[in-house]
Amino acid sequence: MHELSIAYNIVNIATKAAQEAGAEQISAVHVRIGALSGVVADALRFSFAIAAEGTPLANAELIIEEVPVVVFCPECRAEVTLPNPRLFRCPSCHRPCGQIVHGRELELVALETP
Amino acid sequence: MSYETKRLIEIRQGVLSKNDQLAAELRSRFHAAGVTVVNLLSSPGAGKTSLLEATMRAMLAECRVAALVGDLATDNDARRLARSGGLVRQIQTGDMCHLEADIVARHLADWDLNQIDLLFIENVGNLVCPAGYDLGEAARVVLLSTTEGEDKPLKYPATFATADAILLTKMDLAGPVGFDRAMAEENIRAVNPLAPIIATSARSETGLQEWMAWLREQMQARHKGTKTIA
Ligand SMILES: [Zn+2]
Repeated sequence: MHELSIAYNIVNIATKAAQEAGAEQISAVHVRIGALSGVVADALRFSFAIAAEGTPLANAELIIEEVPVVVFCPECRAEVTLPNPRLFRCPSCHRPCGQIVHGRELELVALETP
Repeated sequence: MSYETKRLIEIRQGVLSKNDQLAAELRSRFHAAGVTVVNLLSSPGAGKTSLLEATMRAMLAECRVAALVGDLATDNDARRLARSGGLVRQIQTGDMCHLEADIVARHLADWDLNQIDLLFIENVGNLVCPAGYDLGEAARVVLLSTTEGEDKPLKYPATFATADAILLTKMDLAGPVGFDRAMAEENIRAVNPLAPIIATSARSETGLQEWMAWLREQMQARHKGTKTIA
């Protein structure tokens, strides 16, 4: 399962950051995942609990911000948010848009200590 | 501020930043050596190996072609591809669901990149995981075979949306399996309005010329890029 290796990456980066900050325990982990990142939020939560065992992140809450797909519409000359990641059309002018601006994010944003 | 105060530790780092960094290093090595790298993605059994064998055989007439082949345990694919006469190396992926940049770097460590013009990386048969991992490629190509459902692009938008080209494969079987090409193209267009769609068959060599023309374009774009920088 792909999310498990992603979860281990998160735990590794976060553990190092926690150590550098002198934090012994982490209560929450904030991540951003894009609609085109290929990561499923529920699967990531499940995997995170496993990966965090025995680390300063054990029992930490994984707080996921889901990032929608944003494309550039050449007609509107603007970045537009797609209501549906399965339809790459500008919601205002309905022109097909393929230039992805956001939605591929897979980012560890911050940690919280208790 | 007391040490008991709840603290926020900012990180703002890509979860795959280590892979992204390695991929960027690979990309500049490929660029410096003049190698065009194509990452091939598909579900298992979509005909990647057959198409690659036909492509390598044909492209070898005009340039130096190599392939890194991700395969679960056997070296069947690599042996098949070696018949084309190109430089082929297998990556034993075991239970991995995707290739990563460090695996690619390790497997071409002893290759002289200056002796290669076109390098294919056949990724693990999987339409989900490989999409998140940059391998330093110049182009990412996704295959959709006529024996899969026409709705695959809608089920795996992340993979199809980020493709630079999409190949329909096994077109010789389109009739027998009742493949609805118009519907498949409509579904591809829904998630990827820009990438060229090329209908191919390794068996009947349908579309091979068009696919090769696209590959040549990628190689020329590389060379132009080099000149501009130099
Ligand atoms: Zn628009």
